[in-house]
Amino acid sequence: MAQALIEHVKKHCPGAVLQTHSQFGDETIVVDAERWLEVARLLRDDPECDMALLVDLTAVDYPEREPRFEVVAHLVSLRLGHRLRMKARVGDAEGREVEIDSLTELWASANWAERECFDMFGVRFRGHPDLRRILMYPEFQGHPLRRDYPANRAQPLVEYRQVENIDKLPPFGPDEGMSFGRQTHDRRTSRDADGEN
Amino acid sequence: MEPLDLDLDASEIELENEPMLLNIGPAHPATHGTVRLVVELSGEVIQRCDVQIGYLHRGFEKMCERGNWTQVFPYVDRCNYVSPMLNNVGFALACEKMLGIVVPPRCQYYRMILGELARIADHLTAAGAMAMELGAFTPFLWMMKVREMIWDVFEEETGARLTHSFGRVGGMARPPTESFVEQVGQVVPHAIQVLGEAERLLVTNRIFLDRLQGVGVMSAEDAISLGWTGPTLRASGVPYDVRKAHPYLRYGEVDFDVPVGEHGDCYDRFMVRIEEIRQSARIIEQCLGLIPADGPVNVDDPRVVLPDKQDVYTTIEGTIQHFKIVMEGIKIPAGEAYSYTEGGNGELGFYLVSDGSGTPYRVRIRPPSFYVTSGLEKLVTGAMMADVVPCFGSLNMIGGECDH
Amino acid sequence: MGQVTESSTRIVEPQGQGFATTRLEPMLHWAQKYSLFMYPFVTACCGMEFMGLSSPRYDFSRFGSEAPRFSPRQSDLLWVVGTISQRQAPVLRRIYEQMAEPKWVLAFGTCASCGGFYDNYTTVAGIDKIIPCDVYIPGCPPRPEAVLDGLMLLQDKIQHGDRTPAVVKPRFDPAADPGLGLTQIRRPSRV
Repeated sequence: MAQALIEHVKKHCPGAVLQTHSQFGDETIVVDAERWLEVARLLRDDPECDMALLVDLTAVDYPEREPRFEVVAHLVSLRLGHRLRMKARVGDAEGREVEIDSLTELWASANWAERECFDMFGVRFRGHPDLRRILMYPEFQGHPLRRDYPANRAQPLVEYRQVENIDKLPPFGPDEGMSFGRQTHDRRTSRDADGEN
Repeated sequence: MEPLDLDLDASEIELENEPMLLNIGPAHPATHGTVRLVVELSGEVIQRCDVQIGYLHRGFEKMCERGNWTQVFPYVDRCNYVSPMLNNVGFALACEKMLGIVVPPRCQYYRMILGELARIADHLTAAGAMAMELGAFTPFLWMMKVREMIWDVFEEETGARLTHSFGRVGGMARPPTESFVEQVGQVVPHAIQVLGEAERLLVTNRIFLDRLQGVGVMSAEDAISLGWTGPTLRASGVPYDVRKAHPYLRYGEVDFDVPVGEHGDCYDRFMVRIEEIRQSARIIEQCLGLIPADGPVNVDDPRVVLPDKQDVYTTIEGTIQHFKIVMEGIKIPAGEAYSYTEGGNGELGFYLVSDGSGTPYRVRIRPPSFYVTSGLEKLVTGAMMADVVPCFGSLNMIGGECDH
Repeated sequence: MGQVTESSTRIVEPQGQGFATTRLEPMLHWAQKYSLFMYPFVTACCGMEFMGLSSPRYDFSRFGSEAPRFSPRQSDLLWVVGTISQRQAPVLRRIYEQMAEPKWVLAFGTCASCGGFYDNYTTVAGIDKIIPCDVYIPGCPPRPEAVLDGLMLLQDKIQHGDRTPAVVKPRFDPAADPGLGLTQIRRPSRV
């Protein structure tokens, strides 16, 4: 069902679709990042696609790949019932020049989704009316969902109390609780680079 | 005596009209959920509203990358914490989609019943909390009483009232108890009866109707553009329900209606939830008749399901199977998948990226209330200050899900 | 955990009318403990159990803790219910600072007590990093009975003027009492 859709996209936006795959029942197209807005506009406006609902927009960080980030959008057509995943690859290995066009002029749901993407990954959306952090506070430095941001590096807004032994205050006795940290299965090393802004 | 304002020109008593910034939240009695609204007021009318979420951001997606696939279940529970079973089922279905396994029918019906019970609890909480914020405390207490009975069922089945972490990839943690069918069969009619009483208190009340009808109207096109799904979208007139449009589990076989509103105002959103409780009760009744009395609950796949404890202690295959699943995690084939179910607030999606190891590479939750809350700005702009409360209440923003 | 050892109140009963003598402080504490105005700082899933507590089945207004006051100036017990994120921390701190003495803080749930299993960049690992806390109620979310235990523990502390922090523990330890049968692994008998 979505296969016909992909053929339609390839016909009307020649050269924009770099790759397609079909996995676990989902259809995906990988789109050239420069043609992101054009393909999205086709998918929304063309009556054979009619993707009126942008269900989700997010990113995935593949630090060993170049380009590093993949911006992923899931589109749904309520009338025709088909779904499509649209991806584009942006950014270099250091996490710079992570820019792509914003979809806010096509779908209002892109507004907050792109703000979250920017907040968590640092992807900048050109043409977004109000690109600022949404889940983290403005003073936060770095982008937490990037693979090189260590999971437990906190940036407290409030100074912690100056109390002795703050990690194990009474009534938690010295023999209570775990003496070791949380074991994690994360065998992929997180490079301890400083998070970029 | 002549009227006092006879000679006054309108411009003479002009008051200053600079917009006033008012901060609502993040700790506020009338917003259940921690969100900050910075509204710009001109008198009582809201000119602009900035909805700031993120006060309950708990790093769900980052935490998922540091464990197994099975260790995601407790985190997922706490996303939509009013209907945790729906999250469990949604994530389990996402993993099973990638593995290509289908759970046995007994498990499917079990998941449906527990899921619909969770949906009833979710809608009861939403409706009750909204009524409470408008001043109607009694229906809230009655709905809480019913919710306690539902939680009794969950406690009997899963061991926990609220955050059960009961779903597993390939089945459930335990099969249904012997008293399951009977207990649910007693709870649901009682729930509907109490719901009827609470509803009668509210929908015949002039004040309640005046505060909700015509307030916070969202048109269907705007709702779709905003990414709304679930009861809020259906209240705006769009009959999109994932259970009907893309049936999963056994939803294609049971008979239920999808309530759809006409005007898209707060009253419609409230009533859609109330009607959905009744439809969920219908689904549960049918499933209670259809659920097989015995049979396996977990799929019979040694790569995915933990073996019986007896086998672990006595056979070498059981020991190895247990070891591999616990120490390395379930190995989901490399690739990505987006799986979606009908959560309490709309299309709850999970976009999973796997690299073939037992640790998730990326777990993205598509939170329905994130997109629903983004529409709050549109609902509230141009409305009066007092309309913020019913508008926000009718959206049912769940902080854990919205901020993940 | 909460035992009134010696009452400071004496009932004096001459023929006819009875009257009681006591000291000022215990009476003041008695009044304080049974009229705690709470500030429910509710953020997350524990809020659902909080709603359950206020509901008719577990009803904490029986304990005098009836009135929620949504202004910190008017409340004396701060219930921190749910996870506190780094973004929320200044808000919590400010609310605590606005409360007038005497004030108590109740950490409801594991996330408020110690951060829970959210060991990450965004969660404050326990509110005692920011504000002093009097009673910790662990649980994720804690059962309403555990919360009521915590409330009674706090009330007992108020009665005795005890400001040391305390944590709610189960009343009896299943591992300590083999009669409870919770630690027995029943093996099928082999013939």
